[in-house]
Amino acid sequence: MLIGHLLSLILFLPTIAALFMIFLPADRPRMLRLFAFFTSLLPFVLTLILWGRFDSQIQGYQFVENTPWYPAIGSSYHLGVDGLSLPMVLLTTLLVPLSILASTTIKTHQKSFLMLFLFLETGLLGVFLSLDLLLFFVFWEIGLIPMYFIINQWGGENRNYASLKFILYTMAGSLGLLLAIQMMGAASGTFDLIKLTSTWPDTSPLPLFGLSPATVKAVAFWAFVLAFAIKVPVWPFHTWLPDAHTEAPTPGSMILAGVLLKLGAYGFLRLVLPLFPTESHQFAGWLAVLAAISIVFGALGAYGQNDFKRLVAYSSVNHMGFVVLGVAAAAMAAGTQHAIIAVNGAVMQMFNHGLSAAGMFFLVGVLYERAHTRDLTRFGGLWSILPVYGGVLMFTAMASLGLPGLGGFVSEFLVVRGAWAVYPLATALSMIGLFFTGVYILKALKMVLQGPLNEEWNSKLTEIRLDELVIMVPLMVLMLVNGIWPAWLLEMINKAAMAVF
Amino acid sequence: MAIEKLLWLIPLPPLIAFVLISLGANRSRGLSHSLAVAGAGLSWLGSMFVFWKALQVKDLTGFPIISTINWLPMGAEWLKVGIRIDPLSAVTLFFVAWTILCIFIYSIGYHNYNAPAGVHDQPGLPPHGALHTSDEGKIIHVPSVEPMYARFFGLISLFAFAMYLLVISDNLLTLYIGWEIMGLCSYLLIGFWYAKPSARDAAVKAFLTTRVGDVFMLLGLAALYTSTGSLSYDVVFRPDVVVQLAAIPTGVFGLSLAGLSGLLLFIGTVGKSAQFPLHIWLPDAMEGPTPVSAMIHAATMVSAGVYLAVRAFPLISAGWTPGSPLTPPMMVLAVIGTFTAFFAASIAIAQNDIKRVLAYSTISQLGFMVAALGVGSYTAAVFHLFTHAFFKALLFLGAGSVIHGMEHGALAEDDPVDVQDMFHMGGLRKTMPLTFWTFSAGGLSLAGFPLLTAGFWSKDEILSGAFSGRFWVVFIVLAITALITAFYTARQITLTFLGTPRSQAAGHAQENKPIMTYPLVVLAVFAIGAGWIGIPAGFPLTGAHQAGWIITFLSPMNPLEGHSPEVFSSLPLVVSLVVSIGGLYLGWRVYRGYQAGQVDPVERALGPVFSLLKQKYYIDEVYSAIFIRPARWMAEIFTALWLDNRIIDGMVNGLSALMPALGSLLRNGFDKPVISNGGDALGNRLIHWGQILRKVQSGRIQQYMLYTLWVIVVSGMVVFYLMGRG
Repeated sequence: MLIGHLLSLILFLPTIAALFMIFLPADRPRMLRLFAFFTSLLPFVLTLILWGRFDSQIQGYQFVENTPWYPAIGSSYHLGVDGLSLPMVLLTTLLVPLSILASTTIKTHQKSFLMLFLFLETGLLGVFLSLDLLLFFVFWEIGLIPMYFIINQWGGENRNYASLKFILYTMAGSLGLLLAIQMMGAASGTFDLIKLTSTWPDTSPLPLFGLSPATVKAVAFWAFVLAFAIKVPVWPFHTWLPDAHTEAPTPGSMILAGVLLKLGAYGFLRLVLPLFPTESHQFAGWLAVLAAISIVFGALGAYGQNDFKRLVAYSSVNHMGFVVLGVAAAAMAAGTQHAIIAVNGAVMQMFNHGLSAAGMFFLVGVLYERAHTRDLTRFGGLWSILPVYGGVLMFTAMASLGLPGLGGFVSEFLVVRGAWAVYPLATALSMIGLFFTGVYILKALKMVLQGPLNEEWNSKLTEIRLDELVIMVPLMVLMLVNGIWPAWLLEMINKAAMAVF
Repeated sequence: MAIEKLLWLIPLPPLIAFVLISLGANRSRGLSHSLAVAGAGLSWLGSMFVFWKALQVKDLTGFPIISTINWLPMGAEWLKVGIRIDPLSAVTLFFVAWTILCIFIYSIGYHNYNAPAGVHDQPGLPPHGALHTSDEGKIIHVPSVEPMYARFFGLISLFAFAMYLLVISDNLLTLYIGWEIMGLCSYLLIGFWYAKPSARDAAVKAFLTTRVGDVFMLLGLAALYTSTGSLSYDVVFRPDVVVQLAAIPTGVFGLSLAGLSGLLLFIGTVGKSAQFPLHIWLPDAMEGPTPVSAMIHAATMVSAGVYLAVRAFPLISAGWTPGSPLTPPMMVLAVIGTFTAFFAASIAIAQNDIKRVLAYSTISQLGFMVAALGVGSYTAAVFHLFTHAFFKALLFLGAGSVIHGMEHGALAEDDPVDVQDMFHMGGLRKTMPLTFWTFSAGGLSLAGFPLLTAGFWSKDEILSGAFSGRFWVVFIVLAITALITAFYTARQITLTFLGTPRSQAAGHAQENKPIMTYPLVVLAVFAIGAGWIGIPAGFPLTGAHQAGWIITFLSPMNPLEGHSPEVFSSLPLVVSLVVSIGGLYLGWRVYRGYQAGQVDPVERALGPVFSLLKQKYYIDEVYSAIFIRPARWMAEIFTALWLDNRIIDGMVNGLSALMPALGSLLRNGFDKPVISNGGDALGNRLIHWGQILRKVQSGRIQQYMLYTLWVIVVSGMVVFYLMGRG
C-alpha cells in the first residue's frame, strides 16, 4: 500500500515535516537543523527505494497515482515518474538535505528558513512528478514563493532588488503559462498530461479573438516557451539570475542553481516538445540560436565578473545553454537518433550542472563565511594556507569546466554530438563559449588559489571543516561517477528519451 | 592472464597511487614517492610484457589486440570504448613506459628527498635552500626539500595514468579523456609553484592555448561520430569508411568530410604539440619543475599530439596517392610542420636559458614530425617520435641535472646568479662528468650526429621522405633547420660544459646523486641505440636488404602502404651528414672561446635580427593585442557592462520604474479613499488573533506534546483516508 503512494509520500513528507516544525522551539537552531535534515533524508531514502523498484524497460510512467481533484474542470491529482523525471527527483531529494546542512550560515529566524526550505522541496518535487497541467502549475508557483522569501529575508545587501526582480521575472513567465494552460484545458476538457500529449498536437483549439487556430496554438507555444526560457534562463531573459543567485544565502543559491533552473529545462522536455511538436520543429532554429548566444555570452559574462559568486552565477547561463541546445536539436530532429542523443545529453547536463553548481556555490559560501568578501581581486595564493579547500575547489571547478573524466564532459559531449547533426553552425559557435568556460574557471582559480598570498588572510582564514566536507563529498563522488560510469543514469534517461522523442 | 585483461590494467597503478597520495599518503614523503614509483614500475612491467607479446603476433596490424565494453547507451545502440594494441600503440607504449619510469625515479633526487626543510620555504614557491651542519661542523647552505613533495608525486602519477589511457585507447573518446586529463596535469604542474606569478600565468596560458585546439578537436569527434556512428579507430579509420567520408562534400573550404574531420582533429594536435600558431605556451611551460618539462613537455604529452595526427592520417591523406598533389589537409600539415620546425629552431639560437633552448627545440622537432606526415612519410614521423622521446627526455633531465648542480654551487657560494642561464655556466664537464656525457649523447642525437645516434637515422628518414616525394621546399627548409639544430645544440653543449666556469656557482657545481644520474644513463642508451632499429634498406655500410625492424613493423599501419616502395637515395643522406657535422662544428667554433661578459657572438653576427629572435618574433605581444585584450573587453565591457547591465537590465529597470508610477496613481485615486479603512480593520483583527495564538506557545512541554498528538492523529486520519482510496 505504501509503495502505491510512494510518490505522494516523497512529495508531501517535506511539507509534513515543515508543519511539524511549527511546534518546535525557535531558539534551538541546531536541533531544528538536525530535524529538518533528518526528515529531508526520508524523501531521499524513499527516492532510492523508488529508483530500485523502477523498471527502466517499461515505457511510460510508473508509480502512477490518479485521483480526481477538480472533476468539474477535468483536473486530477495525477502523479508519475519516468526516466526523465526520476533523475530530477533524485537530484532534488539529494540536494535539499545537503543544502540544509549548509544552512549553518543562517543566523536569524532559522525556523522559518528551514520551514520555507521544506515547503520549497515539495514545490520542486511537485513540478517533476505532476502529470496534470494544473497541478504542474500549482507546484510551479509553490516553488516560487519560498525562494522569494529566502532571498528577501536572508539574502545579501542588495536582496530587495534581487528578490523582487526574481519574482517579477518568474511571475511574468507564469502569467502566460497559466493562460495557455487554461486555454488548453478549455479546448480539450482535460488537464491530464498523458491525454493531452496524445490528443493536443492534433487538436484545433477554438478560435480566439478572431485568430486562426494555428496562431492560437503558436501563441500558446510561445507562452510556454517564455515561462520556461525565463526559468532556465535563456539569453536575454537571464539578468535576474546573477542578482538572485548572488544575493541568495548559500543554501538558497545551491537549490536555485541546483534544482530551480532545471524546472525550466524540464518544462521544455516534458511539456513543450511533446505538446507542441509542430511548433517546436518550426521554431527550433530560434531556440538553437538563443542557446548558442547563452553559451557564448554566459561565458563572457562570467569572465567579466570580479565577484566570485556572480562569476559562478553567470556560469549557470553558460552551462544551461547546453541543455537548451540539446532541447533545440531534439525539437528539430524529433524521431531520430540525433534527438535521442541530444535529450540524453540535455538531461544528463541538467543533473551534472545540479551537482557542480551546488558544489561551486557552496564553496564560494565557505570562503565568504570566513573572509566576508567575494571580491576576487582581494584573494590570491590561498592554496598555500587552505590546501584541502584548494583541492576540493579545483576538483569542483574542473567538473564545472567539463573536464573529461568528470560528469560535465559526458553530457556536453552528448549535446554537441546530438546538435552537430542538426545545427552544425550553432554548435560550432557554442565552442567559443566552451572555450571561455575554461577562461572564466581558470580566472577564478587563478585569483583565489594561485599567485602570491595576500597577507591579509594569512592567519585569518581557516581550513574547510569536516562538516563542510561532508556536504562536498557526495557531490564530488557523483561528479566522478558520472564521468566514469554514466551508464547508471544514462540508461534510464535513454530509455525514456526513446519512448518520448 | 589474458593479455587483454592485463592491458586494461596498465593505466591503473599510477591512478591508485594518485588516489592514495591525495587521500592521506601525502603525510609521508617516502610513502608518496614509493607509491608513485611502484605504480609507474608496475605499469612499466605490464607495458613491457604487452610489448613483448605484441611482437609475437604475426600480423599485428591486421589482428591487433583489442577488447571493448559498452559505455554510453545511445538510443538502441551503445557507444563502445576499449583498448587496442597495434604496431603504432605498441611502439608508443614502449617509449612512454621507459621515459615515465626514468623520470619518476629521477624526480626523487630532483626534489631533494632526505634534504633538510628550508626555514623560509613555503608551499607554492620553489625551495630556497637550508642551512646544514656538515660533518666537519661547518654550517653550509644546501638545497632544501620541496615543500610540496608529495603533491608532486601525486600529480605526476595522475599524469602517467592519463598518458597510458591515451596510448592503449582504441577510440577517440577515451583518447580525448586521457588527452584532457593530461592537460589538467600539465596546468597543475606548470603552475606547481603557483605562488610565483610567472608560473601561475604560464599555467593558465598553457591550459587555454591548448584548449583552443581541444574545442576544435571535440567538433571533429562530433563530426566523425555523427557520420560513422562510432569513434573506434577500427571504424573511423577503416579504408572503406574513409573512402565514403572522402566522397561527402561539406562546403567548408571545399573540404570533404574526411578532410574536415581530419583537420579538426589536427587542430587539436597543433595545440597539444605546440605547433605554430598555438606554440606560445610551451616555452613558458618551462616554469614547471624540470622533470615535468621532460615528461610532459618533451617525451609524452606533446608526443600525444603527433600521435593523434598519425592516428588521423587516413583521414588527412584520404584520396591521396604518392606522386599526386597533396590533399588540402596534408598541405596544411606540411606547411605548418615545416614552418614551425624552422621558426622555432631560429628562436632557439637566441635563448640563454638552458631549458628554453630545449623547449624551442622540442617545438621544432615536433614540426619535423608533422611535416613528415604532411608529405606522406608515415613511418618516418613515428620513428622520429620514438627517438625524439628518448633523447629529448634525456636532454631535459640532463638540463635539470645541470640546474640542480648549479643550484648546489650557487647556494654553497652564495652566488645569486640565474642558475638556468647558460652564459653563467661553463666547464661543467669536469665537475659533472656523468651529466656531461649523457647530455652530449642526447645533444648529438638531437643534432643528428651521423651513424652513431638515433636522431640521425630518424631525421634522415624524414629528409629522404621529403626528397623522394620531390617536396623540394620542405626538403630544403628542413635541411637548413637541421643545420640550425646542430648549431644551437653545439652552442648549448659548449657554453654549458666546455671551457672554464664563468661564475662561482658553476665553479662549485656538483655532480648529482645516482638516483638522478642513472636514469640519464638509461635514456642515453636509448638516445644512441634506438635508431639502429630503423636503418633503411640498402644503406651502404650495413648493406641490409631489408629495412630496419621499426620500419617493417610500422609500415603495414600506413594507409598508403604498397603505393610507395621507398628507394634509398644517397643525396639526402649526404645532406644529413653535412648539416649535422657542419652545424655542430660551427657551433663549437663560435662558442668555444666565449668569455664571461662578452656579447653573444650570434648577436654580433645577426644584429637586429637577433633581437627579433630573442623576442620570439613578438608573437606574444601580437596575440595580446589582437586576442587577449579584445576578449577581456568583450567580457568585461561589452557583455557584463553594456549588454547585461545597461541594455537588458536598463529595459527591465525602466519597466519597473514605470510600475510604481502606475501604482501610486492607483493608490491615491482608489486604494486610500475606498479600501483603506476596511483594510485597516482587517489588519487589526489579525493582530488580535495573533495575540490570542501567542498564548499557545506557553513553553510547557506537556502542552506541546498534546498539540503533537493532535497533529499526528489528524494527519494519520488524512493519510489513512487517502490510502484507502488508492
